[in-house]
Amino acid sequence: MYGLLNNQKIRNNAIQIIFVSMIVAVLLVSFLTAKANLDAQGITSGFGFFERATGWDVSFSLLEFKPSDSYLRVLIVGFLNSLFVGAIALSLATVFGVTVGAMRTSANAMARLAGTMYVETFRNVPLILQLIFWYALLLELPHPKKAAGLLGDNLFVSGRGIYLTGLNVNALSAFLAIMLFLVAAFLVVWIAKGKKFQKSEPENRRRLQWLTIGGAAVFIAVILYVGRIPETEILNIPRLKGLNIKGGIRATPELLACIVAITIYGTGYIAEIMRAGFNAVPKGQVEAGSAVGLRSGQIFWRIRLPLAVRTVMPTLINQYVWLFKATSIGIAVGFADYFFVISTSINQSGQTLELIALLMLGFLSVNYTIAWVLNRVNDAIKLKGTQNRA
Amino acid sequence: MSAEVSFGRKVRRDFFATPLDSVITLAFSALLIYLLYGVLSWGIFNAIWGGDSADVCRADGAKHGACWTVINVRWRLILFGLYPYEEQWRSAIACMVILVTAVLSCIPYFWTGKRLALTWISGFAAFYLLMKGGILGLPLVVERDWGGLSLTVFIFSSVAMIGMPMSIVIALMRRSKLPLIARPTAFLIDVTRSLPLLSIMFTAAVVIPFVLPQWLQGDKLYRIIIGFAIFFAAYQAEIIRGGFQAVPSGQEEASAALGLNYWQNLWYIMLPQVFRAALPPTINQFVITFKETSLVVLIGFFEVLASGAAAFGTAEWKFAYKEVYVFVGLIFFVFVLSLSRYGAYLERRLSVEQR
Repeated sequence: MYGLLNNQKIRNNAIQIIFVSMIVAVLLVSFLTAKANLDAQGITSGFGFFERATGWDVSFSLLEFKPSDSYLRVLIVGFLNSLFVGAIALSLATVFGVTVGAMRTSANAMARLAGTMYVETFRNVPLILQLIFWYALLLELPHPKKAAGLLGDNLFVSGRGIYLTGLNVNALSAFLAIMLFLVAAFLVVWIAKGKKFQKSEPENRRRLQWLTIGGAAVFIAVILYVGRIPETEILNIPRLKGLNIKGGIRATPELLACIVAITIYGTGYIAEIMRAGFNAVPKGQVEAGSAVGLRSGQIFWRIRLPLAVRTVMPTLINQYVWLFKATSIGIAVGFADYFFVISTSINQSGQTLELIALLMLGFLSVNYTIAWVLNRVNDAIKLKGTQNRA
Repeated sequence: MSAEVSFGRKVRRDFFATPLDSVITLAFSALLIYLLYGVLSWGIFNAIWGGDSADVCRADGAKHGACWTVINVRWRLILFGLYPYEEQWRSAIACMVILVTAVLSCIPYFWTGKRLALTWISGFAAFYLLMKGGILGLPLVVERDWGGLSLTVFIFSSVAMIGMPMSIVIALMRRSKLPLIARPTAFLIDVTRSLPLLSIMFTAAVVIPFVLPQWLQGDKLYRIIIGFAIFFAAYQAEIIRGGFQAVPSGQEEASAALGLNYWQNLWYIMLPQVFRAALPPTINQFVITFKETSLVVLIGFFEVLASGAAAFGTAEWKFAYKEVYVFVGLIFFVFVLSLSRYGAYLERRLSVEQR
């Protein structure tokens, strides 16, 4: 027996077999215990509960939702809410983060001081504390009855949220219209800057851009007209009725608090990453830029920013994944994000294992998508060879 | 360029180099002065400091700044939570002990595996005995009654103490040459890192009782700590793996040539160098972990955020939430800032030594 254990190969195999069988044993015990517990509580496992009505409402949803809708729908609502907050907060945090990062590496001492104060204040206090603080402040905004109408009564800022005039169209056509708008905007920029169009006449390019804009406008108008909610006016204007404001697009305080908190917190982190990136740009590159007569704005946009982004892209990717995970904090103020919806569903339906699996699946898929897409971007733009040497 | 730059020229270079610079300087100065004035007039000039009831702040003609009376009256609730009032000195000393332990472990003299482990084990034991009592004539206070800052400190230090050794083991398994150990470990690390900490804590609190036999479950607090420690270890393991990659392969080969075995090589050659390389990100990880400790409030624990909410949770103090949040925020700010400044100092020091 002792001789057998001294044989490297046999020992290695034994260790691996023991390790794998330990994992299998843990999984098996968990599964059997869970099954016994489920049977004792009379819960049928599986995804049959997707069809059942939830019986509870959510505070904010992009799709229409009422308590008689199914569990499947509430999960989709929560997932979309998470993506919505994540997309807005991460984009805002990127813009502000680059700004603050540039401030911290600026030649101007006052800008450096302001940037440092921002970063040190908001990075050193827990996100959840910031979130409930902003939420409490937002709730202190004036009551709807006292809220002043801005922009000719098209915008109300109140303690129950921000109300804005919108269109009476269904969610699908609104989504399609926004997508179409983004595609058109991208095309216009591409025609102006893309390599493919550099050789064609400026006049032809301008004509092509107007064609894109006109076409998109017509399509968007058609989509919105088809998707309008029948028997309502096309414009949905917020109006004070009794004690509350009715109509308009409403951004709830919960949603706003999540966006504000994650944006402010994320800005601090992205600013620090960008600062490292700006510092990594070799001095020679900037000096070469001013030697050939570029203005300071041009040096920033054409030399410092592109080089900085390329250096810190891998760190940024991790940061985005990490910030997206932070959106799960909405439960602290009752914002119906994916985690909130899942935990409420667990409490209400008892389908613990299925819902936990869905929770993990949701976050894994989003995070892997973010990482995958950004890694492709990184591969495409990363510095090759000697570009970043001093 | 001369080394000595006159003051006037320095101001000019730093603040008014170009017309645009002058505009930026003035704009930011105005903004900062405005903010500073707002904060100071609210927090100091117009604030009310003394008093022992909310009436001081609500009286007619009272100043309209911060009402620090709430801290004055309820600071013991914020710091110690539901811990028995007469015993709160124990909670305070226990926090001090951990603070001293943390400061000690920042001194290079303690940077050996044995000394660090010894310091932390004795510090933590002292903390635990003081908090729990039941011996030496101290009345027993069970974990359910712990709260406030000491609960935050307890969770943080337990997570660090369980997570740190765990992360070394996981990192070694991840680097193992045996595929059936390295692959599953890598998979588990990746999955853990992709999940929000909140969902892991929630799983530990709610799901584990469901899937583990009764005798394995333990108290909810300890389940949360284990879950948190696993999350910490998954991140820290990747940092340590990065440290391993920073050690030149010649080191390992040289130790093999000298005839050191796996454990000797690990203990005497690799780990000291690994930790040296991984020190700055490790401290950063501690900073993040300390901040994330506050998430346990969402699982229903009475840590410093929850006890702060309780402090303004009565009809009398409902208006004073800003003061309490600022107070709790300042507690975190002081700890986190000093830790991250220390990390930055270490980073500079190490980079100088390596030159």
